[in-house]
Amino acid sequence: MTTTDSAPDVRRVVEAVYRIESARIIAALARMVRDVGLAEELAQDALVVALEQWPARGVPDDPGPWLMATAKHRAIDHLRRQENYRRKLAVVGRDVELAEQTSAEPDIVDALDDHIGDDLLRLIFTACHPSLTTESQVALTLRMLGGLRTDEIARAFLTTEATVSQRILRAKKTLAKEGVRFELPPPSEVPARLAAVLGTIYLIFNEGYSAAAGDDWSRPQLCADAIRLGRVLAGLLPGEAEVHGLTALMELQASRMAARTDADGRPVLLLDQDRRRWDRLLIRRGLTALAHAEELGTLGPYGLQAAIAACHARALTPAETDWARIAALYQLLSHVAPSAVVDLNRAVAVGMADGPAAGLEIVDGLIARGELAAYPHLPAARGELLERLGRGAEARAEFARAAALTRNETERELFARRAAG
Amino acid sequence: MRYVMLLEATQPATPPPAELMAAIIKLGEEATAAGVLLDNAGLAPSQAGAKITVTGGGLSVTDGPFAETKEMISYAVYETRTKEEAVEWASRFMKLHRDLWAGWEAECRLLKVMGPEDFQQP
Repeated sequence: MTTTDSAPDVRRVVEAVYRIESARIIAALARMVRDVGLAEELAQDALVVALEQWPARGVPDDPGPWLMATAKHRAIDHLRRQENYRRKLAVVGRDVELAEQTSAEPDIVDALDDHIGDDLLRLIFTACHPSLTTESQVALTLRMLGGLRTDEIARAFLTTEATVSQRILRAKKTLAKEGVRFELPPPSEVPARLAAVLGTIYLIFNEGYSAAAGDDWSRPQLCADAIRLGRVLAGLLPGEAEVHGLTALMELQASRMAARTDADGRPVLLLDQDRRRWDRLLIRRGLTALAHAEELGTLGPYGLQAAIAACHARALTPAETDWARIAALYQLLSHVAPSAVVDLNRAVAVGMADGPAAGLEIVDGLIARGELAAYPHLPAARGELLERLGRGAEARAEFARAAALTRNETERELFARRAAG
Repeated sequence: MRYVMLLEATQPATPPPAELMAAIIKLGEEATAAGVLLDNAGLAPSQAGAKITVTGGGLSVTDGPFAETKEMISYAVYETRTKEEAVEWASRFMKLHRDLWAGWEAECRLLKVMGPEDFQQP
């Protein structure tokens, strides 16, 4: 037993241990019972047992293995009940096929610990299975891999606990109905399936990153959850450049968290941020992850975005920014992940590297192609370039256009101020 | 939330058992794989360090070793969702020592690094 003075709330201790262990437990149980939904329920049963026993008997000395062992016992009980049921069926002379599915269970249990990494991967790929909606993928990933409770997910996504519960229930049903097996995707499907996993993690990150001032603290906390998942994935798939690329991108973006808003909660643009408030530890980790990605070969979309973020992170002052490199990276990005927004960002970088006229040419190319007609950042970027070219009146008109297009109140204020000159 | 763990210990005269070193490395790998251990390092004996003191309006620099009975051994930086999770990781680290190195006594201080959540409006 661990003795604690002024015993902290045992419930919180149980939850902490569960958060640390749950993904591994669910993954191990899913291998045993071959059903992710059931595995998650059995893991929850073990959590309930801990919540009942620990307050009375004290926290076990080895709480992690305790939870794992309790959960495995639950799974074995379940398998035995199934086995008994099958025997009874067999006695009645009906089912042979079912009985073949259960092999000797002690072997399964013994083999468990050796496969934990593979099982975690299976769990991630299952949670992000293409048969599920994006919302379900997010909820399942946070619940099964992130160890978040349903109410925590609901708070972070500004929705109700009932909605999230429904989503998770539906997702489990879909997985069962579609007969999704607890296995790794075949090699031919890995790129697409991995892209879905990375997309889900980045979506969770961006949900946190877009949190507004005054939002519940659990929203920006989603960034930390997503980064944690990215790090877990990087450990499981050390040979995948884009996994390191995404992790690098998230670490580098998160490093600017504290500088992104002013004291009143208004957004501060990258070049206006107080770089002393950037998180040097996250920058260092982000640069290391990016180096891993680069060692593995050609950078993909996440790696390239991380490389761009790294250019900013390396510059101690805005003036030291390597804009030529950023422009070149955007050029590469527009080849691997073509988008008008990427082109617009390239225009801004070119405008910084080669002068406003060169940037303006790219922006005008976008306009000529009818791209981003309703995107406020296009006129805003054009206004910026025009202003630097000394074309003040035209610049102010562009900012007025940007102010009219944006739906973000603080952005509108910013643009309107510049439209007024 | 980010926590710094500072470990102060009285080391037995015996060298740390190989078993303990292996267990520490394994736990470090686990915490890294879980995405919660951000940084850690061992600290050289205070003999290699110095103490800079301001007192009574004066500043003095004293070379190590320091006179304390315990030595600072290591630090680690964790990022967890709750304090209890950080306590759990630190406890696992301490239990390895307790179980594998007889006579080892230590204190691990868990300190929260100030973050944006500390400046949230209630």
